[in-house]
Amino acid sequence: MNYSVRKFDAVIVGAGGAGLRAAIQLSEAGMKTAVLTKVFPTRSHTVAAQGGVAASLGNSEEDHWHWHMYDTVKGSDWLGDQDAIEFMVRNANECVIELEHYGMPFDRLDNGRIYQRPFGGHMSNFGEKPVRRSCAAADRTGHAMLHAMYQRNVKVNTQFFVEWQALDLVRDEAGEVLGVTAMDMETGEIVVFHAKATIFATGGAGRIYYSSTNAFINTGDGVGMAARAGIPLEDMEFWQFHPTGVAGAGVLITEGVRGEGGILRNAQGERFMERYAPNAKDLASRDVVSRAMVTEINEGRGCGPNKDFVLLDVTHLAPETILKRLPGIHEIAIQFAGVDCLKEPIPVVPTCHYQMGGIPTNYLGQVVVPQGDQKSVPVPGFYAAGECACASVHGANRLGTNSLLDLLVFGKSAGETAVKELKTGGRSHKPLPAAAIDKTLARVDRLNNQKDGADVHETRLAMQRTMQKHAGVFRFKDMLAEGVEKILAIDAQVAQTQIKDKSKVFNTARIEALELDNLIEVAKATIVSANARTESRGAHVRDDALDVPETPNGRDDKNWLKHSLWYREGNRLDYKSVQLKPMTVDTIELKKRAY
Amino acid sequence: MMPTENRTVQFKIYRYDPDRDAKPYMQDISVELDVTDRKLLDAMVRLKVKDDSLSFRRSCREGVCGSDAMNINGKNGLACLTDMSTFPVGKPIVLRPLPGLPVIRDLVVDMTQFFKQYHSIKPYLVNNDPLPEKERLQSPEDREELNGLYECILCACCTTACPSFWWNPDKFVGPAGLLAAYRFIADTRDQATTERLDNLEDPYRLFRCHSIMNCVDVCPKNLNPTKAIGKIKEMMLQRAI
Repeated sequence: MNYSVRKFDAVIVGAGGAGLRAAIQLSEAGMKTAVLTKVFPTRSHTVAAQGGVAASLGNSEEDHWHWHMYDTVKGSDWLGDQDAIEFMVRNANECVIELEHYGMPFDRLDNGRIYQRPFGGHMSNFGEKPVRRSCAAADRTGHAMLHAMYQRNVKVNTQFFVEWQALDLVRDEAGEVLGVTAMDMETGEIVVFHAKATIFATGGAGRIYYSSTNAFINTGDGVGMAARAGIPLEDMEFWQFHPTGVAGAGVLITEGVRGEGGILRNAQGERFMERYAPNAKDLASRDVVSRAMVTEINEGRGCGPNKDFVLLDVTHLAPETILKRLPGIHEIAIQFAGVDCLKEPIPVVPTCHYQMGGIPTNYLGQVVVPQGDQKSVPVPGFYAAGECACASVHGANRLGTNSLLDLLVFGKSAGETAVKELKTGGRSHKPLPAAAIDKTLARVDRLNNQKDGADVHETRLAMQRTMQKHAGVFRFKDMLAEGVEKILAIDAQVAQTQIKDKSKVFNTARIEALELDNLIEVAKATIVSANARTESRGAHVRDDALDVPETPNGRDDKNWLKHSLWYREGNRLDYKSVQLKPMTVDTIELKKRAY
Repeated sequence: MMPTENRTVQFKIYRYDPDRDAKPYMQDISVELDVTDRKLLDAMVRLKVKDDSLSFRRSCREGVCGSDAMNINGKNGLACLTDMSTFPVGKPIVLRPLPGLPVIRDLVVDMTQFFKQYHSIKPYLVNNDPLPEKERLQSPEDREELNGLYECILCACCTTACPSFWWNPDKFVGPAGLLAAYRFIADTRDQATTERLDNLEDPYRLFRCHSIMNCVDVCPKNLNPTKAIGKIKEMMLQRAI
């Protein structure tokens, strides 16, 4: 098979929020940059974010980045790195203001400033009471943000390669990253993008689960590519189940609904969150709310003929508020739940939503791996930001609105670091190793020539069902161990997938097969890391970790206050310590988490 | 109403793979749907399981990414927002690529021309004042002027339903591009209104819109490009007198 080589200063993979934000830095600095994206930029999944982006602007009431930091550390169940968290919350205001300057149409307060709404887990004065911190454009914040950033990139002439599927990371003998291989979906042509800096902004892999709020494209491409190239994956056992996916359809209903006053009710009409989180109630952290909902359903207080969902009620709110602040939700409820939420509550269930773990990075956006006796050594030429990366700011559980903040702050930071290293670090185009493209060609050839192989759809479905059953909201010791075996068996099938369509032109069957190669790495990392972590923390809660004084909520700080690192080769785990020391302030000390 | 049992649905689908086919043809294919398959996209995902060579774009499956625009029984729309219950029973559902754009393969069209027109209106905020330390202020009333404009998902349903665009895709900006142009004109923070109007001052770019209103009819987000175009025309007129 033929291939060609193209040279750039930097290649960015992914054109969602993180990729577009990084691209702005590089283009404004005059770097020759290629942004590869498998969908047109505004179709990236950032577009589906609804409720807002966190920043302690204090436009409606007093707020402070230090409170935001406290909430984020607590939300992470102390697994987040406190230096990266301080960096993120302190850069929040500037990043949000920049978006406004780019033209993002935020909603406004009467005094003309950006509108802010309350959101789960965001409190004032170190956990006292909910605070208005989420900067919003109705319930279409991700859409407004993604389009504004794409538009900014049009202004600064960023070069996009639209509908190019990145395939493999290129590293040399020393482990330095030299770019990626990619396929032009329209022609099937394969190209090596040879770059001095490679930034992954490829998003999450929510499609490893059967029921997910995520788009079809969220297949963990960057995470899979990194794993295949020998980069360990951090904290992959932590997956966020969003409390309010539309029952059956999985489509997201923003937490902003509860921020605007919406209430969760069980079959008896009871506002059950009062029992689980007496202070924050419906605005407790997402892991807490999702577990409460599943407990209600498991104990027979679910709604509907099968008692398998609960209700999100906004019928007590003024219709004007709903139509003004939550117009998209009004549409989604009609389209996907068949209810007019002005009159009827919306059936909802916890649904897989966000990957807290990912490619390990520091707050500068550099990918960091263990080397010798050091645990976080930067990989030369490699950066990552957004959901594919693990900085780690979300730890064991992410707060709503911190994902859009993450992609802004770390997209910018990764871009800035890359620019700095390109300008002053003497980075050059190191020679491509002779085998640079062999791995990619072997994958594509294998797929073209596979006989008597496994069906892509069936194999993916088996993986999704297994993950849903064995690594869900509540996890069980025996089920996890069994899940590891099942996923490893499915992994063997993935290595033999077969497609009927062999066309070179826009072959989406081929793309889906190549995506499955990435999904399965994420699934393996998740179930193996989850099986090994014998405590409960944040979104990872298991039946054999008990809430006793030595381990509050089942959290075992003595043995498990550490990040998991999963290596594809040998399917093995390593660990590294959590950075408990912030950049300037005092450590936020460990305590039992309650809302 | 949701159907209560599985049913078989017939399709007629435009197929063309330049790597294999001498010319396009219509494929007759049927698929059995599960009771949970509510939307056309659900049915298409099942069709693809049956015939993996069927090519179409899709991503968010909830009407915000704009990927799965196509011509459905003669009318442009998004597959993910088209309810299966809206189709007449017993008649095949006819799927074609969006009209007026070159076909890459099956239901996948080449959108270069569409995005070229979008880019031609300079779709970004222009404001040359020194950047304030905080946000630029905008009243809620001024912000409301952007409602019905900023929500566009660039799916191209409108522009490819417009006869004026079919005749002059290289010269007429089209409803999506013009809606975006007015989105910036209407933004109190933007200072380039004069340049934006100059940019559209030509017999084709704006004035080929004859208010046929196909765009309004097909927009899956219920936006009204014709109204936005009307406002730009009004501004052109006002500055001419």
